[in-house]
Amino acid sequence: MEIDPFIFRLSIFILSIFIGYYVVWSVTPSLHTPLMSVTNAISSVIIVGAIIAALAGKNGNIFDTANIFGFLAIVLAAVNIFGGFLVTQRMLSMYKKKTKDKK
Amino acid sequence: MISSNLLAIFYLISGVLFILALRGLSSPETSRQGNLFGIIGMAIAISVTIFSVGNFSTGFLYLLILMLIGGSIGAFIAFKIPMTAMPELVAGFHSLVGLAAVFVAISAFLNPEVFNLGSSGNIKIASLIEMSLGAAIGAITFTGSVIAFLKLRGIMSGSPITFFGQHYLNLALGLVLLGLIFYLCKTQVETWFWMIIIFSFLLGVLLIIPIGGADMPVVISMLNSYSGWAAAGIGFTLENTALIITGALVGSSGAILSYIMCKGMNRSFFNVILGGWGAVDQSSSNKSKEQKPVKSGNADDAAFLMKNASSVIIVPGYGMAVAQAQHALREMVDALKKNGVKVTYAIHPVAGRMPGHMNVLLAEANVPYDEVFELEEINNDFANCDVAYVIGANDVTNPVAKSDPQSPIYGMPILDVEKSKSVLFVKRSLSPGYAGIDNDLFYRENTLMLFADAKKMTEEIIKNL
Repeated sequence: MEIDPFIFRLSIFILSIFIGYYVVWSVTPSLHTPLMSVTNAISSVIIVGAIIAALAGKNGNIFDTANIFGFLAIVLAAVNIFGGFLVTQRMLSMYKKKTKDKK
Repeated sequence: MISSNLLAIFYLISGVLFILALRGLSSPETSRQGNLFGIIGMAIAISVTIFSVGNFSTGFLYLLILMLIGGSIGAFIAFKIPMTAMPELVAGFHSLVGLAAVFVAISAFLNPEVFNLGSSGNIKIASLIEMSLGAAIGAITFTGSVIAFLKLRGIMSGSPITFFGQHYLNLALGLVLLGLIFYLCKTQVETWFWMIIIFSFLLGVLLIIPIGGADMPVVISMLNSYSGWAAAGIGFTLENTALIITGALVGSSGAILSYIMCKGMNRSFFNVILGGWGAVDQSSSNKSKEQKPVKSGNADDAAFLMKNASSVIIVPGYGMAVAQAQHALREMVDALKKNGVKVTYAIHPVAGRMPGHMNVLLAEANVPYDEVFELEEINNDFANCDVAYVIGANDVTNPVAKSDPQSPIYGMPILDVEKSKSVLFVKRSLSPGYAGIDNDLFYRENTLMLFADAKKMTEEIIKNL
């Protein structure tokens, strides 16, 4: 009997939850705010769905309602991707050690 | 065009890079590299998707333009936003992820052929369940985050909005949602799909309005988690590994943060979510308003005390963020250090409006992160410290949490500020904090109240040092 590919995806999902669990517990509490902004940025990988939705139209027509929603999602996700990663970068660049900071 | 197997491998690579991005955050040194991994992962995912669609006609041009527009908006916000506004920024960003998930789900529903989900009116049942769950969670994330944003921004009052039968209404709405998903699968009628989205929008609003301002750390973490589950739901629909991995990571990350925040308040998750804490307890605080002696001082006294201390612990809270006092605070600490005083910072897990809020503000003010300690690390040091300088914190220092089983905050882990030789408490008045209870610390023998705005008082102290 063949296994439904859904089961494979489910396995990936469950194992990723465990990975997430252990990885996030090891995040130092002082970096919890950057953690939130970076998770926000990476969850915008939903843009891949938006790109397919926008570009792969029926009969090459890309101005169907379905495509329009795809394009809208692209804008929203793009705001998040750039905003999320850049603001994380900006925050992380502020964390300095004592020794480096001595004047 | 690239083969779907190769495509899947690339998505797997981005998933792994995202894991490394979170792994990097285990210490500030590796964190910047981690963020870079995240960016590379995202770039890979986007480029291979564009190649796989292989449509480089006008649509591609629109795609680039829209990404440029969105990206510029995002970049502009990222560079302009003040660090004190970080909680509302994160809430706002969550709402965008939620809405994007809803849009992708709608698109997949209207045009299922593109995603190999069957044809309109005859979509695979499993895909229907996945996409309606993704859409529902996304919609809840969207409106919930919008409410959280409005509350944090101060556009909407931070106090809980409760009404009779609220929780039953939410429960009923939840059940209706499940029923709608069931009927959608059975009949494939488009109306049900739109109803699911509308009801989820409504549920998102209702879930967040009863939760008060100081519980926002839990709410933001929870919405962070939801945005992850929504992404995972869409990931299952689109059979996309990168989305599934990311959704699971973000979902568990948000859940863990919510757990840490709840533990920091010694409250169960449901107690916070059901909300209305501050509203209930206000009455009890008003009746116990007997006059107790309070010692109050001025900046001169405070400067004298701290200058002659050998060690000082700073306890910052939300009030410091409101008053934007972090830079003044850092100047004060510099002046104290010149006098040979040892200064450290103590951060309570739920200080501020989001996890790690205080740490970011202190980092912004150039406070080295190895002078900043978490509750468990520093709590024993209060007994040996000369002065505790409490700036903008309140409930998290209230000794009642240890002594009075009647108190609503009983059992909450607190910073043992009262054990230090003297306490300087910067606050505008004696009014109770968010929990609506009087802080016992105000009336202690070793407490000196400094009634002023946190920033002005700190600046005054600098002048007197």
